Amino acid sequence: MSEKEYIVPIGEGVYEINTGDWRTHRPVLDQDKCIKCGICLTYCPVFSIYKEGEEYRIDLSYCKGCGVCMHECPKDAIRMIEEGR
Amino acid sequence: MSMVDVLNGNQAAAKGAALSRPDVVAAYPITPQTPLVEYLTQFVANGELEAFMSEVESEHSAMSVVTGASLAGSRTFTATSSQGLALMYEPYFRASTLRLPVVMAIVNREMISPQTVWGGPQDSMTLRDAGWIQIYVEDNQEILDMIIQAYKIGEDSRVLLPVNICYDGFYLSHLTERVEIPDQNSVDKFLPDYTPTHIKLDPKIPMAVDPLTTGDLLMEYREKHMVAQQNALKVIQEVNEDFNKVFGRNHHGLLEKYRCDDADVILISLGSMTGAAREAVDYHREKGLAVGLLKIRSLRPFPQEEVSEVLAGRQAIGVVDRNVSFGWNTGILYQEIRSALYEKEKPVPILPFIGGLGGEDLRIEAFISCIDRLKEARGTQQKNYPRTCWLNKKGG
Repeated sequence: MSEKEYIVPIGEGVYEINTGDWRTHRPVLDQDKCIKCGICLTYCPVFSIYKEGEEYRIDLSYCKGCGVCMHECPKDAIRMIEEGR
Repeated sequence: MSMVDVLNGNQAAAKGAALSRPDVVAAYPITPQTPLVEYLTQFVANGELEAFMSEVESEHSAMSVVTGASLAGSRTFTATSSQGLALMYEPYFRASTLRLPVVMAIVNREMISPQTVWGGPQDSMTLRDAGWIQIYVEDNQEILDMIIQAYKIGEDSRVLLPVNICYDGFYLSHLTERVEIPDQNSVDKFLPDYTPTHIKLDPKIPMAVDPLTTGDLLMEYREKHMVAQQNALKVIQEVNEDFNKVFGRNHHGLLEKYRCDDADVILISLGSMTGAAREAVDYHREKGLAVGLLKIRSLRPFPQEEVSEVLAGRQAIGVVDRNVSFGWNTGILYQEIRSALYEKEKPVPILPFIGGLGGEDLRIEAFISCIDRLKEARGTQQKNYPRTCWLNKKGG
């Protein structure tokens, strides 16, 4: 989207505040179970999942640990692990 | 070819919505809006309206569904009243701040307590600062025509805002009038498909909606939103003129003047009460008083310049509110009119009237008595009118 059209808080890279330190649980993606469907990326509210080559990865800088990705993953490839463990 | 039919206000709204070809309709029934939802559901069931009809479990869900659908690029329609609008407050604000051109009919109903179901714009006027465009209409023809115009106004690239078409419960929603229904081809030509350029969710290009945002950036959005509201002043007039050219009906855009040209005193109205107010003006005109009527159509954006221009040089002004502004001891429109006059007008008495709450009938006699008071107020000072005059209160 061009600069001119940017009138609403929506976008591919709208990162203003580091919400990663709110997290109590972090998502961990098991690449062996992952079927590369991309559902986690679509559902992530803060757009913290990205694709690198064929694999999906999770950027923890902005991940609040909400667990939506774990809930939506059809193959149970994402687990939430308590921070500090 | 257009056709003429006898329609109640809810039927007129449903027809106006159907002619605008929404992709998604989501609504939850509430008196007095309920028949509107039933008509739309019927249109979809009959195949007259090709839209996805979402029968939701609450008004909060209704607004959330149309928000999502609009984010995905759909044209959307919803409707509510009173307590339903109150329940919708959270996603109501979001739809405007996400700049989504949703169109919602508000079938104005008084707010509780005490329990009431009858007409009055307290519900939507209380929410005037939530970023939506709010247009108040007087009759059933205006309802149908303005819902079509609402899409053209809201979807304009200079505006991109949601629009409320507000009409009084029962007085309009349940009473029938002669209404001309334009033909689909003419509406299609007048109202092209909605093609969003500022926002469109697509699963192939995932995006974040509403990330946590700092105040400095938030203010940037707010400023643009406020500019869009000001742009809408011009767009509402343009769309009214275009509509008049195509369909031959002029609804006068931001405000409508009645016998104002040489008027010494002016009474101000909003919504369905205007018909009776016109009669009262005619009555006083016959008796020799130079009185005019100003009907405010657009509450947001508020046409400050246009209002102050019409009211300049008058000797007394009266505002009839079918609502209250708690804490001001007047109605809401009264405060708007006074603010609009601050810059230009030499101080003249501006009298606050409140009446017709809870659907009480504002009869011609009530407006005649308002104008009587304006007549006496000429050449006096504002300080003589410290209190609101109640028009048809029990025991008043």
